[in-house]
Amino acid sequence: MTRKRRRLYAVTAGMLLLAAAVGLVLNAFRDSLVFFYGPSEALAKSLSPDQRFRLGGLVEPGSLGKAGDGVTVTFKVTDGAAAIPVRYAGILPDLFREGQGVIAEGRLLQGTFEARNVLAKHDEKYMPPEVVEALKKSGQWQAESKP
Amino acid sequence: MTGSLHRFANPARFQRLSQAVLPWFAGGTVIAFVIGLYLALFGSPPDYQQGETVRIMYVHVPAAWMALGAYTTMALASAVALIWRHRLADLVAQSAAPIGAGFTVIALATGMLWGQPMWGTFWVWDARLTSVLVLLFLYLGYIALINAFDDPERGARAGAILALVGWINVPIVKFSVDWWNTLHQPASISRFAKPALHPSIMTPLLVMAIAFMLLFATLLLLRVRTATVEQRLRTLAMARARS
Repeated sequence: MTRKRRRLYAVTAGMLLLAAAVGLVLNAFRDSLVFFYGPSEALAKSLSPDQRFRLGGLVEPGSLGKAGDGVTVTFKVTDGAAAIPVRYAGILPDLFREGQGVIAEGRLLQGTFEARNVLAKHDEKYMPPEVVEALKKSGQWQAESKP
Repeated sequence: MTGSLHRFANPARFQRLSQAVLPWFAGGTVIAFVIGLYLALFGSPPDYQQGETVRIMYVHVPAAWMALGAYTTMALASAVALIWRHRLADLVAQSAAPIGAGFTVIALATGMLWGQPMWGTFWVWDARLTSVLVLLFLYLGYIALINAFDDPERGARAGAILALVGWINVPIVKFSVDWWNTLHQPASISRFAKPALHPSIMTPLLVMAIAFMLLFATLLLLRVRTATVEQRLRTLAMARARS
């Protein structure tokens, strides 16, 4: 075996071992690498009230409402299977609307998510507005998929 | 395969070849940027959700692609340098690093400017954004490491190993949006699925991608040429000092 060939094998073996090690580490940390939980996951985890986490999902159409003080908004975040009501007082991002993907940061208190911060999430679709109109007219428009 | 590689690894031959192709690459870069920027800024529609902000994508996405592309170039050149001991491969890896770091900075900066109006935040520590920041630190660490030795040969060897080890981060950046929940949306263009981009938005993006690729090739050729000449000068100076 020439020295070049030996170095080739050594580098290849090293890279494969490294990839395996990184794969195992990432797999082990899978749960802490996610940025948010969906409503079903959050409910299944039975988190304690003082534990802060991020809740992600779609704003349920028809659930958006304003509280009496004029600042606080309420809406439901859903993943299609479960929905959690959210209360938030503050500035919403421009993309926030019913049916849109959002990520709220806060705590779950007695079944209501008290959000301190709300971020909008958008999907990977990019289209001119006229095309969306045409698709909607012909009934081929698919609403946003699960974020 | 190594035989043909040897042919291009000859520095004199490389200087001659690169001199011939460089004007074509440079000219192509300018033309692609003129067409691409025109299409991106004037010749394409706004997005149905994001409005005019979508135009940031035409710089952000190609820069991010080339940030990964430049690192992969660096890692491949480092592997060739480690295994076949070609000095020219070392020079390619070392010349690619600052260019790739530049693309990474552009991707991060445009991403932050885009995130603030759309998501409502400049920065979050989700898997995609964090792994791209790690990519930038890998570039900077590599540049620091190759310059940390008095003997450039030893610096190149240590840098090549770091470049290879760090390449593990490239698939992590690419697939972070599929493997984990992130704020960043998944890729709009993939090899297997129908692209989620309307053709009127796809075309300027692809032209800009070609422009960024040509820019990378032009800058890389220029830098490798300079590095080759620098190396020759250093060898000559050392030979003179000895005699």
